Amino acid sequence: MLRTEHVTMRFGGLVAVSDLAIEIQKGEIVGLIGPNGAGKTTAFNVITGMNRPTEGKVLLDGKDVTGLPRHAITRRGVARTFQNIRLFKELTVLENVLVGCHLSMDAGLFAATLHLPGYRRKDRAARAFAMDLLRLVGLDGEAGELATSLPYGQQRRLEIVRALATRPRLLLLDEPAAGMNPQESVELTHLIRRLRDQFDLTILLIEHHMQVVMGICQRMYVLEYGVTIAHGNPAAIQSDPKVIEAYLGVE
Amino acid sequence: MTPARTRLTWSLAAAAAFVALLVVADGLFDAFTLRVFNLCAIYVVLALSLNLVNGFTGLFSLGHAGFMAVGAYTCALLTMTPEQKEMNFFLEPMAPWLAGLSLPFVPALLAAGLVAALLGFLVGAPVLRLKDDYLAIATLGFAEIIRVVLTNTQSITNGALGLKGLPAFAGTWVVWSCAALAAAFMVLLTRSSYGRALKAVRDDEIAAAAMGIDVFRTKVVSFTVSSFMAGVGGALLGHVLTTIDPKMFTFMLTFNILLVVVLGGIGSITGSVVSALAVTILMEVLRFLDGPLDFLVFQTEGRPGLRMVVFSILLMAVVLFRQRGLMGNRELSWGMLAKVGLLPRAAAGEEGPRC
Repeated sequence: MLRTEHVTMRFGGLVAVSDLAIEIQKGEIVGLIGPNGAGKTTAFNVITGMNRPTEGKVLLDGKDVTGLPRHAITRRGVARTFQNIRLFKELTVLENVLVGCHLSMDAGLFAATLHLPGYRRKDRAARAFAMDLLRLVGLDGEAGELATSLPYGQQRRLEIVRALATRPRLLLLDEPAAGMNPQESVELTHLIRRLRDQFDLTILLIEHHMQVVMGICQRMYVLEYGVTIAHGNPAAIQSDPKVIEAYLGVE
Repeated sequence: MTPARTRLTWSLAAAAAFVALLVVADGLFDAFTLRVFNLCAIYVVLALSLNLVNGFTGLFSLGHAGFMAVGAYTCALLTMTPEQKEMNFFLEPMAPWLAGLSLPFVPALLAAGLVAALLGFLVGAPVLRLKDDYLAIATLGFAEIIRVVLTNTQSITNGALGLKGLPAFAGTWVVWSCAALAAAFMVLLTRSSYGRALKAVRDDEIAAAAMGIDVFRTKVVSFTVSSFMAGVGGALLGHVLTTIDPKMFTFMLTFNILLVVVLGGIGSITGSVVSALAVTILMEVLRFLDGPLDFLVFQTEGRPGLRMVVFSILLMAVVLFRQRGLMGNRELSWGMLAKVGLLPRAAAGEEGPRC
């Protein structure tokens, strides 16, 4: 589904990501791990069109999407969440999700403003869909609250359903468990699996919580200083000397 | 009655009261009061248009006077009769293709909006790649360019002499219809999916783009629509004052509208409307401050501009004590009036989710 070929991202003299080659099949949950500053988020930014790679290609279903604008990538079925939560702070919980629905509503300025019948129908459908999504993560009771008034863990979940509102096929989660306690992390793991099955998703996630990553990822890539140092299933990664060295340091 | 039904009843009653007010104003107000009353309507249009870009889309634009000038000149040149044009252009004859042109008011008003919108689109396309202060400076510069161009295209705009004797088409009904249309448009827009997209761009561009919103295009559309409204507002202003010249459209005019928007609350339609009324009326009521003042124990000579000092102080007070303006980004609704006890609670019905 997603393949990156020789993706390299340089910022001035800094090579944030070097020769990244990721390949993800449909329906997989794949992890991207590595120490801080390893280039994981940059890899996400390149895949979602926020940065144009210095070299290399990003392929989606075999089609080259390198350098397409951000919104065009989302239109092709790639949605993401952010490491530092980026909710629309002056909108309510429901409105945040509805913004995600805007894409599939395809509402023009005038049709939307005049509330033409076609638009009304789409608006009703979008609201119902948004409420379903909120119910899925237990936020339907908070639909009318300001998004930023939610506790941290709920904001993270809201960001995930907001991304789902764009009806993605590939979902990129940037540290979904950051700041969550062990209990919440376990719940998150279940949620991610459930969403994958229910929405027929393919998921790529960045995570530091090893429990979460090892628990749900079928495969993972390990980055260090922008270089992919290991790749494989959880068991193989855990015993890989290079990974242990990167994470723990070796005398 | 269902809550929606009750709210509709209240809204219809309010609309009827509004129309009644217009009838009374049009019939009973003296010429001066009526002019101030009509200026209020124009400021409503202008404040709403500036609020669309500044408040709802989060673009700090200061070029409004430029779009107003373009609208005012377009409409004036289209509606003036050939004889009036001849009387105005005594220094240098008017460009012949324009001299004979004369349109009825409504098409001319639309043309004014469209020309301003076209210009907004042409300016917006390059300038909207900038952000924050840089955008403010670029749009400010653009407005100044417009003013200089208007001053120097003698054969088209009559230059610094301006245009006098515009037909006074913009009566009470015209200006207040435009204000009502503008307000209705803004309410419907901000409640729609497109309006949510604007607010999403304002709150977080990166996240908005990740939601599949074409951020740049959304900004250009918002800027263009706002320019249209500014053009119409400028045209109305010209036809209320019946005279226009380039000096009218300096940065001070943009500042006045910005004042209205900030006082009312950036991102609040109700705020803009209320504040437009308040500021326009105060501007006239406080006019005595510019003249000689008598404090019983001592007298001052006339100090032109003292009036603006009051507004500056008001603005400072708002920025210090009520940063989000009068209304913040909230809107007045029947449910809200019921909540503060101005309406019977049952009459307004339960408020739905705020969106």
